[in-house]
Amino acid sequence: MTLIASNLSIKYERNFHLNDVSFSMSKGEIYTIIGRTLAGKTTLLKTIAGLISPDSGGLAFDGHDFGSIPVWKREIAMVYQQFINYPHLTVYQNVAFPLKQRGIQKTEIHRRVKAALSQVGLGGFGDRKIQALSGGQQQRVALARSLVKEAKIVLLDEPLVNLDYKLREQLREEFRGIFDTKASEDSILIYSSTDPVEAMQLGGQILVMDEGRILQQASAKEIYENPISAKVSQITNDPAMNLFDGRIEDGCIVLSPEIKFNLPSHFNGLPQGDFTFGLRAAAISLDDNGFPFSVELSEISGSETFLHVRHEGLKIVGLLNLVQNFPVGGKVSIRFDTKHLYAFARDGRLKSSPYGGLQ
Amino acid sequence: MSLFYSTLKYLVVTLWSIFVIAPFLWALTTSFKDFQSVTNGATYIPWVDFEPTLDGWRSLFKSPAQGGVAIVEPFFNSVIVTAAGSGISIILGTLAAYSLSRFTFRVGPIRNGDITFFFISQRIMPPVVLSIPFFIMLGKLGLLDTLFGLILVYVVLLMPIAVWIMVDFFNKVPIEIDETALIDGCNPYQAFFKVVLPNSVPGIIVAGMFCMIFGWTDFFFAFILTFTEVQLLPVAIVALNSSITPWWSLSAAALVSVAPLVVVAFIVERYLSKGNLSGALK
Repeated sequence: MTLIASNLSIKYERNFHLNDVSFSMSKGEIYTIIGRTLAGKTTLLKTIAGLISPDSGGLAFDGHDFGSIPVWKREIAMVYQQFINYPHLTVYQNVAFPLKQRGIQKTEIHRRVKAALSQVGLGGFGDRKIQALSGGQQQRVALARSLVKEAKIVLLDEPLVNLDYKLREQLREEFRGIFDTKASEDSILIYSSTDPVEAMQLGGQILVMDEGRILQQASAKEIYENPISAKVSQITNDPAMNLFDGRIEDGCIVLSPEIKFNLPSHFNGLPQGDFTFGLRAAAISLDDNGFPFSVELSEISGSETFLHVRHEGLKIVGLLNLVQNFPVGGKVSIRFDTKHLYAFARDGRLKSSPYGGLQ
Repeated sequence: MSLFYSTLKYLVVTLWSIFVIAPFLWALTTSFKDFQSVTNGATYIPWVDFEPTLDGWRSLFKSPAQGGVAIVEPFFNSVIVTAAGSGISIILGTLAAYSLSRFTFRVGPIRNGDITFFFISQRIMPPVVLSIPFFIMLGKLGLLDTLFGLILVYVVLLMPIAVWIMVDFFNKVPIEIDETALIDGCNPYQAFFKVVLPNSVPGIIVAGMFCMIFGWTDFFFAFILTFTEVQLLPVAIVALNSSITPWWSLSAAALVSVAPLVVVAFIVERYLSKGNLSGALK
């Protein structure tokens, strides 16, 4: 069972919402589409659902043309980011709705609805009205309605984005559990997100989207280790990977007249010349023997500190363990962990990664 | 400070209530008066200032030949015309509004917003401008002075109100609800009737109430397009005004004409007071 997209394009006025999108997806896998806002994620999901028709290109499911099948006859389920349910129905009726539409017997509907509600932790909520539930519970109802159908393709469009941080963490765990079990065995599960952490935690295959294009499709590990371009590295890291222009010269990396360091061993095959170098925030640390930077901002996030520092035109963000306070304008010494340094060509293509990426 | 504002608030509300209720109380007391009580100076309190009588109310049910004003037939004519006109307007208006809210129409430079404005523009024109073509068209169709003719005219007049209110309502209902219904196995018609329509009841009630108010209180078209066969309530009430106006009958008839709207207003008050109709959908 495969879903194959071939050269899907959708253009409104002068802007591409989907631009020559092609992919292949197989059952039993979770596919996470990651991209910034307006990258084309929702358009792609709606195109798969049949809610939007592509201007060109096609979709094939199980070898059949998917484009000719109307939405209501496609075996799909979709969960939106806005907690979409039927407000005039109870929780039970909401979850039973797609099964009633299919004309399934009452006893079977009852069994499946009960199972789906208990799977999402809403066992005793069947008689409640949707409006009486919290945001997280409403989203669980929507999830239960998508699970109960046992659809071949399950689409989840940023389902956690409108929830508070704690609930998002909790539901992400639960979703992962649900997807790992029966729900995903016979389904293709497609999850869209703007959050790199979420995408990495869900694992599976990741499709990185930007401006309607798929920039890279690979496993979460491969995307992390070898982002195909500087843009992919920015989209798939939070905070975004630090990028800075420099040169390879006489066995050294030169970022400025004061900031030079030795070429790491994985860059040995690279020629001399101009590059854009990339380093994750976690590979930046404080070191008395480091380079002088001045503090622009210090952000405390949970038990970590994001330190924004600057040296002339070079601005970087470091992720430091524990809560630390730095006065704005204060001087700090920064060390670059060059073992984790990436090199991109000036046009953004990956040239070398610490994990053995392209040379 | 808060006591001052609270007192001021209640004072304003009380004064406003008196301002609104006073005409009704005046009409109510007048409806129980007779000729003497009305013409011999101002009187206010029954059994104290004047002896109440049911003559004004009785006259509503008597024929003019018996000295009555016979508003029963005009009352039911108004009920039929308003209910049918409002009902048809709501049905057609809701369907039109849903289409205008959800589908894109393009005819040359004309877009959805222009079509919605075209509907509303029917209400912008002064009634007298519309009355001449209505009069000519109904005359040619042989529908002047008939209930059916009036219903047709009222549909034309009321449907813009329904379209206007319902387009705004549907625009506030997330399109994702329709899409979810499609994904859950409904075809577009089922999605509308099974999901969108049940969630649009507040909007339909509000639109229906406005249609009923406009239809029930219309005097102009009821006056222009009817002669002797069909008479609607507002026309019948105004017809009571003569050289000797029977204020007691006029007051009773006015109260009868207001009563249905008061009942409807009480029933739908909770929908009106919500303000934001989309609140029906969390």
